[in-house]
Amino acid sequence: MSTTVSSSRSGNPQPESAGKDASAATVSAKPVSWKTPVLLTAFGLIALVFFGLLAPSQTASFGISTGSDFFQLPALEVNAFAGGLVLSILMLGLAAYAVYLKTRDKAAPGWLTVAFIVLFVAAFLIWVVGGARTPSISLAGLIAGSVTLAVPLVFGSLSGVLCERVGVVNIAIEGQLLGGAFTAAIVASITQNPFIGLLAAAVAGAAVSMVLALFSIKYLVNQIIVGVVLNVLVSGVTGFLFSTVMQANKAQFNSPPGLDIIEIPVLSGIPVIGPILFRQSLVGYLMYIAVLVVWVGLFKTRWGLRVRAVGEHPQAADTLGINVNATRFWNVTLGGAVAGIGGSFFTLVAIDSFTKEISGGRGFIALAALIFGRWNPIGAFFAALLFGFADNLQSIVTIIGTPVPSQFMAMLPYLVTVLAVAGLVGKSRGPAASGIPYVKG
Amino acid sequence: MVRVLKLELRGITKRFGTLLANDHIDVVVEPGQIHCLLGENGAGKSTLMNVLYGLYEPSEGEILIDGTPVSFRGPGDAMEAGIGMVHQHFMLVPVFTVAENVALGAEPTKAAGFLNLDETRRRIKEISDQYGFDVDPDALVEDLPVGVQQRVEIIKALVRNAKVLILDEPTAVLTPQETDELLDIMRQLKSGGTSIVFISHKLREVKAVSDTITVIRRGKVVGTADPAASTTELASMMVGRAVSLTLDKAPAQPKEKTFEVRDLTVIAPNGQHVVDGLSFDISRGEILAVAGVQGNGQTELTEAILGLQDRVHGSILLDGKELLGRSVKEVLNAGVGFVPEDRSVDGLIGTFSIAENLILDRYDQAPFAKGIGMSPAKVLENAKSRIEEFDVRTPSGALAAGTLSGGNQQKVVMARELSRPLRLFIASQPTRGVDVGSIEFLHKRIVAERDQGTPVMIISTELDEVMELADRIAVLYKGKLVGIVPAGTGRDVLGLMMAGIAPEEHTHPAPAGTATAATSDAEGGDHV
Repeated sequence: MSTTVSSSRSGNPQPESAGKDASAATVSAKPVSWKTPVLLTAFGLIALVFFGLLAPSQTASFGISTGSDFFQLPALEVNAFAGGLVLSILMLGLAAYAVYLKTRDKAAPGWLTVAFIVLFVAAFLIWVVGGARTPSISLAGLIAGSVTLAVPLVFGSLSGVLCERVGVVNIAIEGQLLGGAFTAAIVASITQNPFIGLLAAAVAGAAVSMVLALFSIKYLVNQIIVGVVLNVLVSGVTGFLFSTVMQANKAQFNSPPGLDIIEIPVLSGIPVIGPILFRQSLVGYLMYIAVLVVWVGLFKTRWGLRVRAVGEHPQAADTLGINVNATRFWNVTLGGAVAGIGGSFFTLVAIDSFTKEISGGRGFIALAALIFGRWNPIGAFFAALLFGFADNLQSIVTIIGTPVPSQFMAMLPYLVTVLAVAGLVGKSRGPAASGIPYVKG
Repeated sequence: MVRVLKLELRGITKRFGTLLANDHIDVVVEPGQIHCLLGENGAGKSTLMNVLYGLYEPSEGEILIDGTPVSFRGPGDAMEAGIGMVHQHFMLVPVFTVAENVALGAEPTKAAGFLNLDETRRRIKEISDQYGFDVDPDALVEDLPVGVQQRVEIIKALVRNAKVLILDEPTAVLTPQETDELLDIMRQLKSGGTSIVFISHKLREVKAVSDTITVIRRGKVVGTADPAASTTELASMMVGRAVSLTLDKAPAQPKEKTFEVRDLTVIAPNGQHVVDGLSFDISRGEILAVAGVQGNGQTELTEAILGLQDRVHGSILLDGKELLGRSVKEVLNAGVGFVPEDRSVDGLIGTFSIAENLILDRYDQAPFAKGIGMSPAKVLENAKSRIEEFDVRTPSGALAAGTLSGGNQQKVVMARELSRPLRLFIASQPTRGVDVGSIEFLHKRIVAERDQGTPVMIISTELDEVMELADRIAVLYKGKLVGIVPAGTGRDVLGLMMAGIAPEEHTHPAPAGTATAATSDAEGGDHV
């Protein structure tokens, strides 16, 4: 008797697989939301009107090669009106497909949304550049610049991934970036060695993180509050030391030697890809390595399995002999070190000295990238890249002069952040125990 | 070559502050035995097992394995020593696959700490085949039915070569059929040489499977019992006094139908229809018991009636008036009494006094309200008479309700809800986590309310309770009504209904194997 029942139960165990069973489907199948099709259609129409119909019929030109490439590709030239029209019609096509899927009670697949975003961004680019006084930008420069601007964001969001995956919300990324930037500047200035500066930045980030870990794990203080307080604290301390120590003796304390760009021979000459992958500073190369290492570590190793278990169901981990709070403590510390390295980018690569609030809120954007990237290192990397892109586009577009007010363009990175976090790409689900302190018993 | 293991607990004492959870407990688990720890909720069984599993450190006493004292600093040590535990609330990571869950903590790895899940998959297949578990190593745990999740927990212990397996209230979340399967698995494990410590307060299961029974009451071992002992004997050992396990209940005398639910659908925030097209009615002087495995829409059904759910379609008529769309207050004023399923979260305010808790629904009405003020004397007076009437064991009504035991808290909730004239009484899990003595009392009160001519709706996941109280039984599965059957319907039929199989389906010639489904009904009288 019993086996028969069990097989009839396992026949329709879950809503997702209940589709075959007509009666079960109506009970528990999750209805597909209209949100995605409607949003896509709306944005498709906006694109059609603004980027297509109202576009100037100027030709927008996108440079693909940079001067140092070993062969040159011709610039890509697109008529703004025609390009916008074609792209927006493609977008509406995707939207129509999403609507069709909805009428068949199917959700739009992830690639569809991603393809839509790519088309939308392309149409937006063509429209902005096509309407500019000098309708020409270097696409290669735009992308390479995006990567550069994304470096601290990527490190910040990796820090967030390491902390949240183990169950601690890291609002203090901003403070870790800032602490790393300050320490890198002052240590590299004193030692006249950027590598020691880089190391010191990691230590500083880890130190900030240890405070977060100590208070949230051992003393069970609300993680958000500790994080926010840490941000304010680091900002205050670095600001104070900047005005009292650094500014008093700039030569000794605030002129760090920079980390040079290391060009990898031959490879760096490949158009578009070369500048992105093979024409980076040490911190830039470390970024790529860190993303891969964290991803492989989290999903392929014993360490990662334990980390994720602690972040999802700490009690289960505990009953299997895993020390939950120690795992959390060291992971949060590691996360801080990663963010600290990201902070060193400001003072050792991007700018050659420290100024107050040099991180400028990028820690919070990194937090958004982490959520947009669905707590996945690679997802977070691309999300950070998108924010870097918006940031870079904003400055380039302001330079070439567009009809769009520069204030609006300055809002772009944040607008993208809000849209992204509001769940444009589906609902994201974080680690279940994130933000919840673990108390035994 | 099977390693067997004799486990001995000697004088185990565990204190939490001033609370004595375990008081010098001695238990010997012989190799290859199913040893039952029988006791009521809160008797200290789970604490004892957490001590054994290394989750708590004992305040006094020692654990011996094959005669050698051992000390566990954590569950890791206990597992090392051959002890495995299946917790009442599963310790599985929902977003992990079966293999990942099984591997966790004892991961087979290749070089440099890389996971080797193939090894784990192979072990799962092996164990799965040996015991007929039918578990897919690559399924996500959150997609699995509860019964299968429990098997994953057992596999987890077996992969770690557990020689003693602790099962903490393993049947609480199972349908009757799943329970029978589990009991079979336990017998199989035993014949394979694994000893089992089976923690339960359900006499029927204990009697069916145990070799030895140790009864625990208020943190102490009160004796051992033979599985052949009668349920009444076991129950009185467990409770400490003679208890009547059968309820004297006159047959219902239903009058006119005053409560009607039509096509009720409740939509959850995720769009799922958690209650789906329910229609039923209850007459005055009748108890309708709603049975079903937890999480099949019972909570949402009661909340919809109370006005606590937002997206509700259909119609709920009480005395011909529509309740749907009205505020909770209006529903209460229409004469609906409601005992929520979780008294500590929804039924009481733990930090408020018992007296205040007794008037939570009438604090703004005479005689308790006086203009914008309140009359504390009247509140205390009311408390005094309620405490007496419902036999709430407390020195004073001014004490915080949170200090009471589970049974007494439940009496307070019940006293509040039954102390005004009702047109409908709903009680959700009326005796969950309540001692046997109080269960008896609460059940009598519910029947008394019925006999006064109130339509009564009971929601319970305990089949014994349903069978005990019901005049008619409605079974919910995945938000739908599987059917309404008369009281006295067999346990096996109800069990199948709880798995979603409507009664007319399984009265047809059943597929091979189902025909033997008629057993174990004779003992339907015990409700513990």
